[in-house]
Order: sequence, then structure tokens, then C-alpha cells
Amino acid sequence: MLFMYALTGVGLFFIGLYTLIIHVNLLRKILALNIMGCGVFLVLISLAMRSGYSSPDPVPHAMVITGIVVTVSATALALVLMLKVLEMTGKAELYDEEEV
Amino acid sequence: MMQFVITLPWAILLILFPLTGAIISFLWPTQSNKVGLVTVSFVLISVTFLAFSIIEHGVYHHAIGGWGSPLGIDLYADGLSLLMLLMTALVGLGVSVYATGYFSAEQSPRFWPLWLFVIAALNALFLSADIFNYYVTLELIGLAAVSLTAFGKSREAYSAAMRYLLATLLGSLLYLLGVVLLYHGFGSVDIATLSERCESTPILWAALTLISAGLLLKTALFPLHFWLPSAHASAPAPVSAILSALIVKSSFYIFLRLWLTIFGPLSEGAVENMFGLLGAIAVLWGSFQALRQTRLKLLIAYSTVAQIGYLFLAFSLAMSGAVVAWNAVVYLAFTHALAKSAMFLVSGNILYFGGHDRIMNLDRIAQHLPITTTAFALAGVSIIGLPPSGGFIGKWFLLEAALVQEQWGFVAILLIGSLLTAAYIFKVVSHAFTQSSLPHDSRPIPAHMEWAALLLAFAAILLGFFSSSILSVVGIGYPFELNGVKP
Repeated sequence: MLFMYALTGVGLFFIGLYTLIIHVNLLRKILALNIMGCGVFLVLISLAMRSGYSSPDPVPHAMVITGIVVTVSATALALVLMLKVLEMTGKAELYDEEEV
Repeated sequence: MMQFVITLPWAILLILFPLTGAIISFLWPTQSNKVGLVTVSFVLISVTFLAFSIIEHGVYHHAIGGWGSPLGIDLYADGLSLLMLLMTALVGLGVSVYATGYFSAEQSPRFWPLWLFVIAALNALFLSADIFNYYVTLELIGLAAVSLTAFGKSREAYSAAMRYLLATLLGSLLYLLGVVLLYHGFGSVDIATLSERCESTPILWAALTLISAGLLLKTALFPLHFWLPSAHASAPAPVSAILSALIVKSSFYIFLRLWLTIFGPLSEGAVENMFGLLGAIAVLWGSFQALRQTRLKLLIAYSTVAQIGYLFLAFSLAMSGAVVAWNAVVYLAFTHALAKSAMFLVSGNILYFGGHDRIMNLDRIAQHLPITTTAFALAGVSIIGLPPSGGFIGKWFLLEAALVQEQWGFVAILLIGSLLTAAYIFKVVSHAFTQSSLPHDSRPIPAHMEWAALLLAFAAILLGFFSSSILSVVGIGYPFELNGVKP
């Protein structure tokens, strides 16, 4: 059963990766990265219960907490940058010098 | 007395000094230049004493708070970590001296906290001994570096920073998923424990793929270099120097460590050859693109893409048994850091002096900025790999390894790469000496900005004279000995 959660996590990771690559809009890209992050955390937590042990391994939980802190900061920075790009170019997309 | 000083916990101070300095410079913006300079000086002193202690007592080990692995965090430093720390401290000092002149009184309070955070995170990374700590420090470096990239406040700068952030976050997530798989498969994040436990299982190979892909994206190996030129070229000069000299090396260092301890002994060689091939393409493509650029900063940024190619070329040769190629990896990484930071500082001087960095119009610079021109030429000598520079030693080891292995394709690429490098360096130098038709305005430049660039470039040359002693220090703790015996 726990293995299903891990597989779901891997699925989320790849859905996020796909979205990150095909979408142009920056907000979608940022959300895609968040979904990928959630996927990794889900894998980490669900694999904490190892076969042969009666209680789950606490170390992955500590790692997930660290990961969440990192993700929150990264998302905040990404959103600010996105707003700045929007302010400068009028659209929330990556500005390509060669297009101009 | 000396014995007492050496036994102080310099490795911990290496992380604490810049961290404290960053907070002080943030809280005390009017004095941020002084706080920053004092901090980077302390960092260099700490590295020196750590070096004494490692040379005298061997590999450094410290369990933070008395909690060793597997529960706590271990600090670890051998010759390779020491070299990277020394590189950070030297480049850091040069860039810091330069930054006091480059940034205005309004800009410097925003620069110093971020830059000192980068130093703290870099030092922490080079001292880490577990793969999860690598993830955390990579993210710390990434976030501070992205903020520094956006420093220019133009739409190019914001867009480059955004692209860099997306690339670096994707790299970190790929890496983290690999870490998760390794932890699940082998029950540890400690590198030493993992190197004993790891076996050739599907989980290991999935982790290897994810971790390598993430780190290659962060190191900008061709074809994953798409984010690098815009980010490195649109940042202010001191930031470009930091990004090109230090930050790409941090992910390369992790890549090297993990391959040396965990993946390398289990690998059959096919993957390493692929990295070598990508490195070879990066050398050609990066040098060719550099030659095509019309702006100096973009030229230097593409040159970084090519130089990263050399690192992977050397890595692949070393993994396939040519032990001498490890010396090439060490030397190319160290001299590239010094020479490339000098080059970016030179580009900053030229921008500061003339207001532009169009290579066509680099007239009068040789007459007006002789020290800066000398700095560029010296850094160029090292990047091309002419004797007696450190770059020459690195390329020499690389060529020797390729010849011993009878990899004639790599030998050809080395020669073509050097020719192309010489071509783009001389393109800049020749334009600096020619008379341009348009005279333009210029503003005087503080002397220490010129000297910072010159001294860094000079250090890259000087490295060529101390190869045997540097390599013997790097060998402390045998960082390059693979666990499995290889022919």
C-alpha cells in the first residue's frame, strides 16, 4: 500500500516535469516545480516505513521539513522575480533577447 | 602557541564568519563594505590555518554538537575540499576588494549580505560529508546566486535570473529525488557509509541518473548550458565572476565526490565516456560561440561553457584509468576560477570606464587602462593554456592522459579547443590595441579595481610554478582513490 504512495509521488514528479517543460507562462512553471517538489516529498515520506521495522524511520521526516522550508523560500523568490519580469516586459514569460 | 591556534575549529569558523558577517552587513548597511572586507579576510585566514592543520594532522573530521553520523551532521575536509575552500577564499578576496569600488553606496548594502551568504554556503558545501547536506547547501547557494543575478534590475537581468532560478531548482529537485532513492536503497546519506553499502542495483542506477542529470544541469555541461550565458553576462561584473568562478564549481565538486566514492567503483565505463563526449562537444561549441560574440561579457560566459567541457573531458579520462587526469581536473578547476574571475573583473572595468563592452569598440583601453589590459592578457594566457601558467599545467596533464590512453579524438579536440580559445582571446586583445573611429566618454576608475583583476590573473599564472606542492596537498586523504580496484 505504501508503495502506491511512492509511485504517486514519482507520478507527480513527472507530471510537474512535463508541465515545466511545455508551458511558457512563468506562474505555471513555478507551480510545476512545486508539484515536482511535493512528489519528491511524498516519495520520501512513504518510503520511511521500511520492511522489517515496526515504526517508521524519522530521518526522512526531518528531511522533508527541511525541504519544505527550502521550497517555500524558493517559491517566494520565484514569485517576486516573476512579478518583476511581468512589470518589465508586460507578460509573465521569459524574455528572449534574440527575439527582439 | 602555534599548536593551540592550529587546533581551533577553523572549519566551523569558515562557515560561521561569513554567516555572521552577512547578518551584520545587513543590519549595519552604512559599514557594509568594511564588514564585508573584514569577513573575507577572516575567511582566508581560517582557510590558511585549516590548511596547516590538515597538512600536519591529515584529514579533518568534526561531528557537529557531538552527534556523529548517522544522526548528526559531520564536517569533513581532505585535500580536495581544502583546495576548493582555498579557491573560494582567494577568488572571494579579489572579488570583494573589487566590489568595494564597483558598487555605489546605495548598492553595496544589498550586495554584501547575499555575497557573504554565498561564501558561507560554499564553505559549508565543501566541508559537508553527506548527500542531503549537499542538497541544502546547493539550494542556499542557488537562491543567493539568483538574487545576485537579478542585481542589474534590467529586464534582461530579471529574465536571466528567472531562467537561472528555474534551471537551478529543477537541478536540485532531480538531485533530491536521487538522494531519496539512495537513502531508501541503502539506508544512509553519509558518503562514507554509502560507499561501503552501495551495490549495483536498479535503485542505484536510477539514483545515479537523477543525481548526475541534476548536477550537470547546475554545472551547465553542454547541452544543459542554456541558462548560463544570459545569467553570467547580464549580472554585474563581480557577480559574474562569482557565478563563473565558484558557483559552477560547487555542483561539479559534488558530482566529482559522488562519482569517486559511490558511482565510480560500480560503473562499467560507458556513462563516463558519454560525459567525456559531452565535454568534448562543450569545448568546441563553447569556444566557437565565444568567438562569434560581439559583447565581451557574453564571450567570457561562453568561454566558461567551454572550460566546463575540459573538466568533464578530464573527468572521463581519469575515470577510465588515467590517474594523471585527476591532476588535470584539479588544476583546470583552480586556474579557471582565478583566470575567469579576473576576466569578468576586467570586463567590469571596461564597462565602468567606457560604459559599454562591445568588442569592436574596445579602443584606447590599452592606453588608458594598462593594468586592466595586462590582467586580461595574463588571464587569457592561463585560459588558453600557454606556459608557464596554471592552465598550461592542467592542459599538459590532460594531454598526457589522452596520449597514454591513446584517445586520439580527445587529443585533436584539445588542440582545436586551444586554437579556438587563442582566437577569441586575441580577438579581444587586438581590438583593445587598435584605434577606433569613435571617441567616447570615459570615467576614472579606482586603482584597486584594476589591481584586484591583475592579482587574480597573476595568481593563475603563479599556480603554474607550484604544481608539485599543490598536488601533494590535494592528495591528502586520497580523495582520488576509487574504492574498487581499476586497471
